Amino acid sequence: MWQFFHKLGSPKWFFGIANRFMPWLLAGGLILLAAGLVWGLAFAPKDYLQGNSYRIIFIHVPSAFLAQSIYIMMASAAVVTLVWRMKLADVFVKSVAPVGLMFTFLALFTGAVWGKPTWGTWWVWDARLTSMLILLFLYGGAIALDRSINDEKSAARAVAVLVLVGVVNIPIIKYSVDWWNTLHQPATFKLTEKPSMAMEMWVPLLLSVLGLYLLFGWLACLRMKTEILVRERRTRWVKELVLAGRK
Amino acid sequence: MAFESFSAFLAMEGHGPYVWTCYAVFVVLLAGMVFWSAKRHQATYRMCKRSHDQQARKGQAKPKAAATFTRVEISQD
Repeated sequence: MWQFFHKLGSPKWFFGIANRFMPWLLAGGLILLAAGLVWGLAFAPKDYLQGNSYRIIFIHVPSAFLAQSIYIMMASAAVVTLVWRMKLADVFVKSVAPVGLMFTFLALFTGAVWGKPTWGTWWVWDARLTSMLILLFLYGGAIALDRSINDEKSAARAVAVLVLVGVVNIPIIKYSVDWWNTLHQPATFKLTEKPSMAMEMWVPLLLSVLGLYLLFGWLACLRMKTEILVRERRTRWVKELVLAGRK
Repeated sequence: MAFESFSAFLAMEGHGPYVWTCYAVFVVLLAGMVFWSAKRHQATYRMCKRSHDQQARKGQAKPKAAATFTRVEISQD
């Protein structure tokens, strides 16, 4: 158990594991995402209330899902950084923050474009939208804070604290549609209940969510490998790796 | 198919511009993130390789002179 824990923190070990999983993550992610999106765009029936504009859901919900789960993963890694000072945890936080920022932006943007034909407005300052905007600023803040501190260890600790403080926003996003009256419709996915939408809509949505998760896994591995190369460029294992021409 | 023709598919009964804008932005950003990350990784890898190659060559070209201990005669005057 402890040996596994130590291995998990070793950048060299991570490099090997990432190389083994990455082709599968990329292929699986692309196939599932393509299947989900094509199904959702062309084959799923139209919504009786919203017409065809609802097809935006197949990118809006996966983006919003990823935006929040990436933040939760970052917060868990931040705990590991603060408590065990594990190098890989900080590498993870730094590598995936821009990806989280992108997904949060996508969720907000697709939501705004969806809102126009559905609610008649691009934007309202209601709880769900505002808390998502705060999430966008949290991602931006974490990236900016990391770049503004030169020392690697101080930067890691400062960013970890910021990410942990911001985690309070996540339950607010999740329950905002239940706690307040908002224009936003309630959650589409619930783990504890049967899906509230028709199967022909729900399955493609599930496919695109899974596909995007896999693609995120690939992106995270790739970006972590880059960050590891930067940090460990003077070590012997990196020297052996690049001289042997392995990637 | 949920649509009767390709033009109906593009028009989406008037919702086409909204739906297609979203999908375009989504695909462009996601592909951009993938390419940017891949390019950055390649650049970083090349930088590492160049510096280690240089060091390896330097090491081969000029082997450090072995330390020698020779008696130096210094006049005592």
